[in-house]
Amino acid sequence: MIKFAVNGKEAWSEQPADTPLLWVVRDELGLTGTKFGCGMAQCGACTVHVNGQPTRSCVTPVSSVQGKRITTIEGLSASADHPLQKAWIAEQVPQCGYCQSGQIMTAAALLEKNRKPTREQIVEHMKGNLCRCGTYNQIVAAIQRAAGEMQKA
Amino acid sequence: MKSEFKGIVFQAISRRAFLLSTGAAAVAVGFGSLLNVRKAFGQAAPFSPNGWVRVGTDNIVTVYAPACEMGQGVFTAMPLLIAEEMDLDWSRVRIEQAPYNPKVFGNPLFGGNMLAGASRTTRGYYTIMRLAGMQGRAIMVDNAAKKWGVPAAECSTEPSAVLHKASGRRMSYGEIAAFAEVPASPPNFTPEQLKPMSRFRLIGKDVPRVEIPDKVSGQARYGIDVRMPGMMYAAVLRAPVNGERPLQVDDAEAKKVAGVKHIVPLPYGVAVVADTYPAAQKGKQALKVEWSQASKARSYTTDKVIPEYQQRVRNLEDKGTVYEAHGDVHGAIAKAAKRISAEYISLNVTHATLEPQNCAARVDGDAIEFWAPTQSPFGVFLAAVKGAGFKPENVKINVTFLGGGFGRRAENDYALDAALIAKAVPGYPIKTLWSREDDTRYTKPRPLTVQRLEAGLDAQGNLVGLRTRICGESIYRRFAPPAFQASGGKDLPLCEGAFEPTYHYPNFSLEQLLEARGVDVAVWRSVGGGYTKFALETFIEEVAQAAGKDPIEFRMKLLEKEPRGQAVIREAMALADWNRKRPAGRALGLAYSDIWETYVAMVAEVSVDRKSGNVNVHELWSAVDTGVALQPANVHAQIESAAVWGVSALRERLLYKDGVPQQSNFHDYPVLRMNEVPRITTKVIVTDNKPGGIGECGLPPVAPAVANAVFKLTGKRLRDLPFKQELLKA
Repeated sequence: MIKFAVNGKEAWSEQPADTPLLWVVRDELGLTGTKFGCGMAQCGACTVHVNGQPTRSCVTPVSSVQGKRITTIEGLSASADHPLQKAWIAEQVPQCGYCQSGQIMTAAALLEKNRKPTREQIVEHMKGNLCRCGTYNQIVAAIQRAAGEMQKA
Repeated sequence: MKSEFKGIVFQAISRRAFLLSTGAAAVAVGFGSLLNVRKAFGQAAPFSPNGWVRVGTDNIVTVYAPACEMGQGVFTAMPLLIAEEMDLDWSRVRIEQAPYNPKVFGNPLFGGNMLAGASRTTRGYYTIMRLAGMQGRAIMVDNAAKKWGVPAAECSTEPSAVLHKASGRRMSYGEIAAFAEVPASPPNFTPEQLKPMSRFRLIGKDVPRVEIPDKVSGQARYGIDVRMPGMMYAAVLRAPVNGERPLQVDDAEAKKVAGVKHIVPLPYGVAVVADTYPAAQKGKQALKVEWSQASKARSYTTDKVIPEYQQRVRNLEDKGTVYEAHGDVHGAIAKAAKRISAEYISLNVTHATLEPQNCAARVDGDAIEFWAPTQSPFGVFLAAVKGAGFKPENVKINVTFLGGGFGRRAENDYALDAALIAKAVPGYPIKTLWSREDDTRYTKPRPLTVQRLEAGLDAQGNLVGLRTRICGESIYRRFAPPAFQASGGKDLPLCEGAFEPTYHYPNFSLEQLLEARGVDVAVWRSVGGGYTKFALETFIEEVAQAAGKDPIEFRMKLLEKEPRGQAVIREAMALADWNRKRPAGRALGLAYSDIWETYVAMVAEVSVDRKSGNVNVHELWSAVDTGVALQPANVHAQIESAAVWGVSALRERLLYKDGVPQQSNFHDYPVLRMNEVPRITTKVIVTDNKPGGIGECGLPPVAPAVANAVFKLTGKRLRDLPFKQELLKA
């Protein structure tokens, strides 16, 4: 059995050691906000935080997170009120919305280390996350908005 | 934390009778035994003035969304139509996805079937949903008036309430719902009675999209997120070449994989059912299958198909099917002072929806229930009835959110998987999930096409005729046989963008040369518009050049009778500041599109890296006239989305070798990333015309606008999609 913490709560998995963390989070723990897109770390839809680091859960064996802290979109904020989530709504970013959990988790990691990113820094950090609906410009606007709100706070 | 199972709750709808019948022209409304149903559930039960809405005694009004939400915004925009005419307080409106009931929720533009695509949702429901709202309002007013003993004509409404100003009385719709009855012969209205645009309170006012909060909190439920107690997971090993079938299956190793429960042979593959998805995948990889070797598609290799199609478009004696013609194009071109012709190639492309294809189903006895991320409940229904042998009355379909559609989910292959597997393993909900590799290799791509355009000019440089020939595998012959046959064998999506031109050609003919190569080609965002406008809008500049005329002026002349077309071109040029000199190495190009009853013009600012041949799209400006814009901000979002898709399409291609797609995932089928996205500015010109489609119209002008700019920079005419970079190397 592999033990770890998810969104601040103790969790464990009885799946084989090579099972990607993604399927443990989604199907075993029922946290389906984290999405499956490619299975080879190409699209970013499965991004979660492992000990604060944005991580592609589709290529992360569950055995590698023993004792670590996992944060998923469901645990990013107490009531979906992270500045990024609020900015995503204000900018009406999502279309189909499928990639947006991964986008937000990736962006949250950026704002953790850089409170005032430039457009270039945002793009450099976010370019691993695909959005087939093409909401990229709206994502940039939302990150800038959230950064602005966090400055004020 | 083993989180408690919650699953997905879909509102039960069986206790409400939906007998509202919608004709295509007017909403003729009939009712069944709603009153009896209400009595059975007591006075607290909601009141349904018609099949589209339920008015709760708490004054919450629930409205059905008839088409799936795949990012295009109709989960908000369609219920808004009812709310506008029924005079609902939007903050007290709740929206539910409509159940499968085409008699109520069918789209007139799809023959009354439930299907979202071809930019037909708004166009199809705009009038009938407003009429349903108007009828709902009248029924609420009549009930209040009857209660007060006053003439209905003395009553008015404010959001979700009826007023009788003369006596100062007011009743909320919720209060009315407590006693309301549906009249024996409900009032009917005609489109002429609907509100004029000037009185719209909700339409055109940018109400925020209702499902967005759930899409940023991780709570939105897509097909892939369906979870149920006892659920199992399936993965399908499909034949490597379309049309083949399994001959021999060795499942000994697959059965040894921990968690694998069932092996289910399918007509086109083999399914592995397991406790977990990873186990199903492992089982699938352990299968050994001998496949038939009979499919026509085995001879489908991209490089070999192109010259064969080219030969066909060049053989002018082969008329194929004349899709549309007027005048005498052959005579006009034969007598022309100057003739210009060119050929264009577009390769197969795949949708790559970020949510891979999937579908869940459960069979109990002779009944089946689906949880489907589908554009086509109709297609899911057909999969159950025609594909898996269920009786129509035993099929229940729940439509989830879609992680992208783009035409891929207008197909029903994922639903057929789910139906056949659930039927073989009854009593359990089973979710079939395709891997990204499955999704790419077993896609139903946009057809590969070769087009030949020929134009004639008179001595003054006026266009006297245009002849367009399109060669490609038929979409409709497989996908929509009734529509295909009824039209006399016309392939509408294949030829989309080439017919019913708003350019006024004195003589015109469009010929389709259909192929049957065994590859299941399909619709893909904008379908034909993606390549027909590329050809036309670059060709028209070549023709203008041959005529010695300015390409914009040349277009404007062809649009003399289309002021809306001329207006979007002028606006796009103004947005781009067309006459401003650009930095060295940059140029502008323009293109125009008129499909789906929406006018759009786009200007692209482009540079070319002559070392790599790479084309950089720096900025796009579009002007769009879609008539009444239900949600102007969403029109912006859709134009931008389709424009980004169009930029991605400049390099996308799915290559086939002996019937097998050679790409498999995003590393070898790259789609546009954030670092490649241009700046985009859009102007929505609102006119009092019936709304056109907006989900696709931003795509067709991208490639030709970019190619026209590339010509200015390099003198090279791009005639291939994806662009041939080697042409641009210098």
